[in-house]
Amino acid sequence: MSSQKKRDQLILHTALTAGRIMIENGSEVERVEDTMERIAHNAGAKTSQLFVMITGILMAINGEVGAQIEPVKRRTFDLEKISVVNDLSRQFAVHKITLQEFSNRLDHLDKSTKYFPFWLQLLSAAMVSGPLEVVFRHNLPDFWITCVVGALGWLVFYLLNKFIQIRFLSEFAAAATIGVLAIWSVHLGLGNSVDDIIIGSVMPLVPGVPITNSVRDILAGNLVSGPARGVEALVSAAAIGFGIAMVLQFL
Amino acid sequence: MSFTEFLIEVAGNYVATIGFGILLNIPRRALNYAGWIGVMGYFVYKFIVIWGGGYVVGNMMGAVLIGVASLQAARIKKMPMILFNIPALVPLVPGGQAYQMIKYFALGENSTAFVFLIQVVMISGAIAFGFLLSELVNRVQQRVWRHRR
Repeated sequence: MSSQKKRDQLILHTALTAGRIMIENGSEVERVEDTMERIAHNAGAKTSQLFVMITGILMAINGEVGAQIEPVKRRTFDLEKISVVNDLSRQFAVHKITLQEFSNRLDHLDKSTKYFPFWLQLLSAAMVSGPLEVVFRHNLPDFWITCVVGALGWLVFYLLNKFIQIRFLSEFAAAATIGVLAIWSVHLGLGNSVDDIIIGSVMPLVPGVPITNSVRDILAGNLVSGPARGVEALVSAAAIGFGIAMVLQFL
Repeated sequence: MSFTEFLIEVAGNYVATIGFGILLNIPRRALNYAGWIGVMGYFVYKFIVIWGGGYVVGNMMGAVLIGVASLQAARIKKMPMILFNIPALVPLVPGGQAYQMIKYFALGENSTAFVFLIQVVMISGAIAFGFLLSELVNRVQQRVWRHRR
């Protein structure tokens, strides 16, 4: 009886950890529900009840142990982790790994963060800004300065996000920096159009994950999580807008 | 649109989509597919606008294509769909209009700002509706697949 209890405990722990990692890193709710249900099913639980929101998860399986809660406290965007959880879940489904291994690897994944190297992130921020400025505005001469301003704006966002960890404030500061740099560079004769430089440089800050997830959550019928993510996206957009507007006031 | 412009836009969209993917830390294996889906979505939008379909329909069809293509890529690569459709959406974001809106509000020209505000709302709504339609296509397709087996 006791070993069954242990097994149930492990099932709950694994499924809840997998769910928490996925929500923390920007997955939509439907995928989390699906993955957790699969884990419970593949581990041998006959039924499972789930209640998933973007601030916490509640899960129960039939068995010895009661329902358990897993709060979701932080929220970042790291889609690699979602992909890894997905892979592990698939491997578990075809019995390539045991439940214990699955659980251990999830705990390990939770602690390690494997991002792209910093210089590559900075370069890709530049590579989002410049090309999109050309695509949107057809202004080839401003390509290089937009790359530079976009990379610097993203650098401000990255550093502030690391130290103060309030996403909206970092976005605001980054947008204000971009505005100042754009005006300054045109003033110095490095660029032609303040508008075009700002439009391109702001693109790395666009809240793409919350927008997409919000729409998908609402369509899937998660009327709590979808609008919550929508608000997240809206506040991000407003923070960027205020940053730019504040600078333009002093133009 | 001349051929050079076309090439520049293809390259720009591809690079920008991949760049955004790197910022979101999507796995390396998914980057190439995401880039091409971004290019395709943007050109569906672009060609519909050129042929006089209007920017709302253009954005909607672009989003539909991104949604459908992302599901195919997710099937081929056996990876979650959001790895492909989030970066691919970036070229469709109404960044230009949103900026103009903010600018004219900041300068106090509210009537001009409202024109851009309406455009931003229309485009965002069109993209959301496009995702809805793509979901419909995907679900029908899944049904058909399951039925055939």
